[in-house]
Amino acid sequence: MTELSKTGAAVGEPARAGDAPEAFLEVRDLKVHFPTDDGLVKSVDGLSFQLEKGKTLGIVGESGSGKSVTSLAIMGLHRLGARGKNVRMSGEIWLDGKELVGADLDEVRRLRGREMAMIFQDPLSAMHPYYTVGSQIVEAYRVHHDVSKKTARTRAVELLDRVGIPEPNKRVDMYPHEFSGGMRQRAMIAMALVNNPELLIADEPTTALDVTVQAQILDLIRDLQKEFGSAVIIITHDLGVVAEIADDILVMYGGRCVERGPVDDIFYQPGHPYTWGLLGSMPRIDREQTDRLIPVKGQPPSLINVPSGCAFNPRCPYADVPKDGITRTERPELREVGGRHFTACHLSQEDRSRIWNEEIAPKL
Amino acid sequence: MSETETRDGATPVGKASAEDEKPLLKVEGLVKHFPIKKGLLQRQVGAVKAVDGIDFEVRRGETLGVVGESGCGKSTMGRLITRLLEPSGGKIEFDGTDITHLNTAGMRPLRRDVQMIFQDPYGSLNPRHTIGTIVSAPFRLQGVEPEGGVKKEVQRLLELVGLSPEHYNRYPHEFSGGQRQRIGIARALALKPRMVVADEPVSALDVSIQAQVVNLMDDLQDELGLTYVIIAHDLSVVRHVSDRIAVMYLGKIVELADRDALYAAPMHPYTKALLSAVPVPDPRRRGAKSERILLKGDVPSPIAPPSGCRFHTRCWKATEICKTTEPPLAALKPGQRVACHHPENFEDQQPQDTKAVKTEATAEAPAKEK
Repeated sequence: MTELSKTGAAVGEPARAGDAPEAFLEVRDLKVHFPTDDGLVKSVDGLSFQLEKGKTLGIVGESGSGKSVTSLAIMGLHRLGARGKNVRMSGEIWLDGKELVGADLDEVRRLRGREMAMIFQDPLSAMHPYYTVGSQIVEAYRVHHDVSKKTARTRAVELLDRVGIPEPNKRVDMYPHEFSGGMRQRAMIAMALVNNPELLIADEPTTALDVTVQAQILDLIRDLQKEFGSAVIIITHDLGVVAEIADDILVMYGGRCVERGPVDDIFYQPGHPYTWGLLGSMPRIDREQTDRLIPVKGQPPSLINVPSGCAFNPRCPYADVPKDGITRTERPELREVGGRHFTACHLSQEDRSRIWNEEIAPKL
Repeated sequence: MSETETRDGATPVGKASAEDEKPLLKVEGLVKHFPIKKGLLQRQVGAVKAVDGIDFEVRRGETLGVVGESGCGKSTMGRLITRLLEPSGGKIEFDGTDITHLNTAGMRPLRRDVQMIFQDPYGSLNPRHTIGTIVSAPFRLQGVEPEGGVKKEVQRLLELVGLSPEHYNRYPHEFSGGQRQRIGIARALALKPRMVVADEPVSALDVSIQAQVVNLMDDLQDELGLTYVIIAHDLSVVRHVSDRIAVMYLGKIVELADRDALYAAPMHPYTKALLSAVPVPDPRRRGAKSERILLKGDVPSPIAPPSGCRFHTRCWKATEICKTTEPPLAALKPGQRVACHHPENFEDQQPQDTKAVKTEATAEAPAKEK
C-alpha cells in the first residue's frame, strides 16, 4: 500500500487506494507474479494507467515485458482453474466503477465477454475447431443474453456482416479451418463484439496477418470503435501499428511502465532511453535510410532476476551519465515530463532533452 | 520452356541484363507445382501452383529482397534456388552451372557455396546437439578440415556473429531467440558460402534484437562479400536491407526493381497497394492516409489462379485484357521490370482497352468512411 501511494503521488494522480476512480478503466499498481521452480517471475510489477471510453491505448514492448500478462489480468483470466493457484496478483483494476482483482469469480465472469472482450493473436487456436464459427458466436451471445438460438443466430449473421465477411448467411455455418487467416480474425472480432463490450483488448491482433489484411483489420477496429464508442487497448510490438491507431502509448519494459503519454509525445519527444532504442531499431518504410539501424545492445532482462534500479540500466547507453548522486540501484518512478507524459528515468530534464535533440533525433 | 519468351511481344526477361556482368544466379521460367492426390489410387487431381514461371537473376554481391503475402510462393522459391526442392520446370543456373536437376551427390559440392538461414530459430537447431556440434556440422558433412582445427574455427565463427566462444558446449535452449538466430547464421557461414538465402531471418525476433541481426548481416556482407537473397514479408526491413526487390503475387514476379525506384514509384498496382498498407510509424501522417489503397478480399487460391493477370480480381484498374492476357514482365524503365497492362507511374500499356472489369472483390480505394 505504501508503495502504491508513492507511485500515485509520483505520477501526480490524486486517486487514493480503494476509491473508485473517475476514469472508465484504471489500473493501479498491478502486480502479477508467478512462483516457479526457478524463482518468482515478476511478469508485471507495479503497473498503473487509465483509459477513457472512446480512446485507444497502445501497449508496446518486447516479448516478455508483461504486455500480454497485463491484458489477461484485466480479463481475469489468470484466476481460472488450476492456473489460479499459481499466480499472485495484487493491486487494483477498476472497470466502470467496479474493482476486479478482489471481485469474486462469478462477478468477473459476468463482466467478461459482456463489458470487456478480447481479440487474440492467433485466431486458429483461439477458436474451437470442432464447432462452427456461428455456433461459437451464438454461444458467446447467449451466455449474456436470454434469447432464443434463432435470435442469437440472426445477431451472429449481423455481426459477421458488420465485420466484412462476405455471404455471412453461408459463412455462419462454416468451421474455422474453412476461413482464411484474415477472415478468421474478422470472425473473432465479431465474436468479441457480439455483446457490445465497452472495453476491447486486442493482443497482437494483426501480427499473424499480411500487411494488406492488417490494414483491413486496423481499419475495422477503428471504425467499430467510432461506432460503439468503446475503449480499446491494443497490444503490439509494431510501432507502426500504434502510430496509426493509438491515442496514448504505454511502453513496458521488464514488467513495468517506463514511459507513457500521448502518441505524438512518445514519437516526437520520447523521454526514456528504451523508447529511443525502440525508435532507432526500427527500419523505416517512409524514409530513405542508408545508415545502419541503432539497435538496443544486449538482451531483454530475466523476469526472475530483474536488474536492480531501473530494469533497463544494463542496456542503457546513458546509465553512466551523472544524475545528481542517484545511484544505479535506485529505482526511478514515473515522473511527469510534459502534459500527461510520464517517464521513469533518472536523467535530468536538461540531460534528457539535450541527448534527445542532439544525439538521438538527428539519427532517426 | 520459359513462359515469358513464348509470350507475344514480351521482352525476353532472363536476358535483360546480359550487358551487366554475369549474374551469380540466373533463374528462367522456374516452376514448382505440388500435386494434389486423392482417392485410393492417389490419382493426381490438381496441383498447387506455388511457383509458376518466374525469371530473375541475382548479381554478385547484391542483396535481392523478395516480398509478397503469405502463399505467394516466396519461400518455395527460396527452397528451389537452394535445391531443397526439385523444380517442376524451368532452369536454375548458379555461377554458370545448370543446377536445375542435379541429384544430391551432384549438389554436394555446391552446398558449400549456397547456404540458407531459416525463419524459426527454435525449429532449425537440433535441441539435442551442442552449439559446437551444430556449427561444425557443415565441416563434417563436407569433409572439410579447416585451418587450425574444427573447434577453433567454430569459435571464430561464434565470435564473428557476436557470440562468446565459450558457448561452444551449450545447448540451444540456453539461448534467446536473437542468439539462436546468430547460431543459425554462424552455421550458414561456416563453409564461406558465396550466396546466402535467408527466409524471414528476423521476423521471429523482437525489434531491438531484429536491428542487431540486420546490422550483423550487413556487416558480414561487407566483410565476406556475400550475396544475399532475403525473403521477407516486412516491407520496412526489406527496404532497409535490399539493393533490388522482387514482388511476388500468386507464384509470379509482378515487379522487379531497384530498391529506390520501387519505393519511390511502384509501377505494379499490387506493389502500390502493398506499400500503402504498411503502417507508418509517424502519427502525424495519420491524416494523409487518403493514399491508402485497401485491397478487398483474400489472395485467390494457387490451385486455380485467375486467368490473365492474376491480380485482376483485386485490381482497381483491371480491364478486359487483364482477364484474358497475361502481361509479360517487361523492362518499362531501366532497372524496373513490371508485369502489368496498366502500370502506375508510367504510360498505359493497353490504352485502347478501357472497359473496366467489375469483380466482386475489386478494391475501391479506401473502404468506407475513413
